[in-house]
Amino acid sequence: MAELLSVQDLQVRLFDRLGVVVAVRDVSLSVEEGEVVALVGESGCGKSVTALALLRLLPPDAQISGRVTFQGRDLLQLPLKELRAIRGRDIAMVFQEPMTSLNPSFTIGNQIGEVLRLHKGLRGQQARERASELLSLVRIGSPEQRLRAYPHQLSGGMRQRAMIAMALACDPKLLILDEPTTALDVTTQAQILDIVRDLRQRLGMSILLITHDLGVVADLADRVAVMYAGSKVEDAEVHRLFAAPRHPYTAGLLRALPRRGRRAGDAQERLLEIPGLVPVLRDLPDACAFAPRCPRSQDDCSNQHPGLAPCEADHRVACLHPEPIVAGAHP
Amino acid sequence: MTAAVLEVENLRMEFRAPRNAGGRRVQAVRDVSLEVQEGEILGLVGETGSGKTTVGKCVVRLLRPTAGSIRFMGEDITAMPSSQLRPLRSRIQMVFQDPYSSLDPRMTVSQIVAEPLRAHGTHSRREAAGLVRRTVERVGLSQQVLDRYPNELSGGQRQRVGLARALVLEPRLLIADEPVSALDVSVRAGILNLLVDLQRTMGFSCLFITHDLSVAEFLCDRVAVMYLGEIVEVGTRDEVFGAARHPYTRSLLGAAPLADPVEQRSRQRAILPGEPPSAIDPPPGCSLNPRCPLADRRCTEEAPGPTQVSEGGHVVRCHRVQEQLDLEVARS
Repeated sequence: MAELLSVQDLQVRLFDRLGVVVAVRDVSLSVEEGEVVALVGESGCGKSVTALALLRLLPPDAQISGRVTFQGRDLLQLPLKELRAIRGRDIAMVFQEPMTSLNPSFTIGNQIGEVLRLHKGLRGQQARERASELLSLVRIGSPEQRLRAYPHQLSGGMRQRAMIAMALACDPKLLILDEPTTALDVTTQAQILDIVRDLRQRLGMSILLITHDLGVVADLADRVAVMYAGSKVEDAEVHRLFAAPRHPYTAGLLRALPRRGRRAGDAQERLLEIPGLVPVLRDLPDACAFAPRCPRSQDDCSNQHPGLAPCEADHRVACLHPEPIVAGAHP
Repeated sequence: MTAAVLEVENLRMEFRAPRNAGGRRVQAVRDVSLEVQEGEILGLVGETGSGKTTVGKCVVRLLRPTAGSIRFMGEDITAMPSSQLRPLRSRIQMVFQDPYSSLDPRMTVSQIVAEPLRAHGTHSRREAAGLVRRTVERVGLSQQVLDRYPNELSGGQRQRVGLARALVLEPRLLIADEPVSALDVSVRAGILNLLVDLQRTMGFSCLFITHDLSVAEFLCDRVAVMYLGEIVEVGTRDEVFGAARHPYTRSLLGAAPLADPVEQRSRQRAILPGEPPSAIDPPPGCSLNPRCPLADRRCTEEAPGPTQVSEGGHVVRCHRVQEQLDLEVARS
């Protein structure tokens, strides 16, 4: 498969009252054509900032360095005008909270129409027809009627579908989904996941999925990158990551998860706790950021920063003392 | 038979929508009955708007129900005057979802945890200080946090403070409303383990309100599933998670993605179509009927009554399940 998006050594520094925060540290990523890559981590790990940095949607004083190559062009160097033509057309993004990312004073039809006008030059009847087609694509019933609705007249699930419809308006090559189902109930989430799965098959686009939910990852992703404190700590094919994680943080997350079939009463079943707190991104030492919380850490972990290195085929880990290889693990 | 600490019968809670929204009545809870036994954790599971939080608020009397009765340790507290309610209040405590907004930012941890003691005025200052220290330790916090303010604590630490405040009076019943939903996975695990330990050592009963099925399965002895203001299925953890009968429970279980790509990708997907109807106009008949794959004419006309699935108390409200069960009985 050909590489569609390649991110190399992305570094993002944000500024606030207290000084500088290194929100993303040397993250490299690649998304191939037709591939779904999940970027996973807990609050504050830098996954959303990474996505926003790709499209230069961060505040103007944010310092971004590295290379983001999309179809042979470096998005970080591109003049803003050319970047604008790519945003929304070749790369579209769906955010977590559909209520705040839709404009409350325009109808859904207006908002989808705007994208079609800007990027495709469609107007009037043509634009309306295409917009209604898009709503059908995300399984919104009676689309003509819905086009006339304002965001507040739709439920959360409907709004998220409308957002996806808008993102699909120009047949993007890459769809960035930032926590697309986090604000939704499980039955609505299941509907949205089903739509995304179906769209991906039919339209063959690539997806960068940003989420904290390992269930959603297990459902959709081909490959997974795990982030911790601004760095990518592990990267593997999805089955491999769940069956045989090598980074102690990934392994810990999987053991901390209450899962179907895990019960407190059974055989003293306990969830694994990861002791301590996520470090402050202000003054990270040149060491493994997870070391203070890590059950496997040794002396050397606190005086050198482990780089991401291949440990097996299609599997990379940033750890000096990774979890042992699980014999016979899938695949 | 163990005694019920909490008995809720035919609870009904209506709110009047604001006049500019039509002034109509929102039926947040319609006919809910449940029991929490001594030393048991009952999970109340449902999606947004199903009425689960409203049930919790009625139990702690933050809301006065429209109809129905609530009995705590055998005493009817539904319409009890506040003066009489006061001593009972100390025995029912609540933990809230958001550890950021449920703690007063101007109070230190020790003031927050001591507040229930002060409000009930049952302890001397010295006794109270000792109790606060012991409780803070019990929830896994160090003594150093006593003089800190909530903004100096992490989300997990704040939720432990919320738990300490609820448990300092050694209540018989704890109402926990989504206490781990705002927390990250690694922090959540600690709070869930702590709840299990505290429940075992202190022996309180708990009504645990959550939308997260895997959390309910991990923690709860019995589970009640709510949909549009009604309990549609209730049973032991094994019955609900291993042998669910109600179509809504089944689709909820099927909809929650499993954190295992092999299992998740090989399972049958039965996706419930549509969205929950408005609580202003619930549909006639069974409230699930517009979305239910099994619904027939009877489901659209007549509300299903409770059907006993097992002797242990597995109860389902569904015409179609009842028919199936009748058929099974007739065959054997």
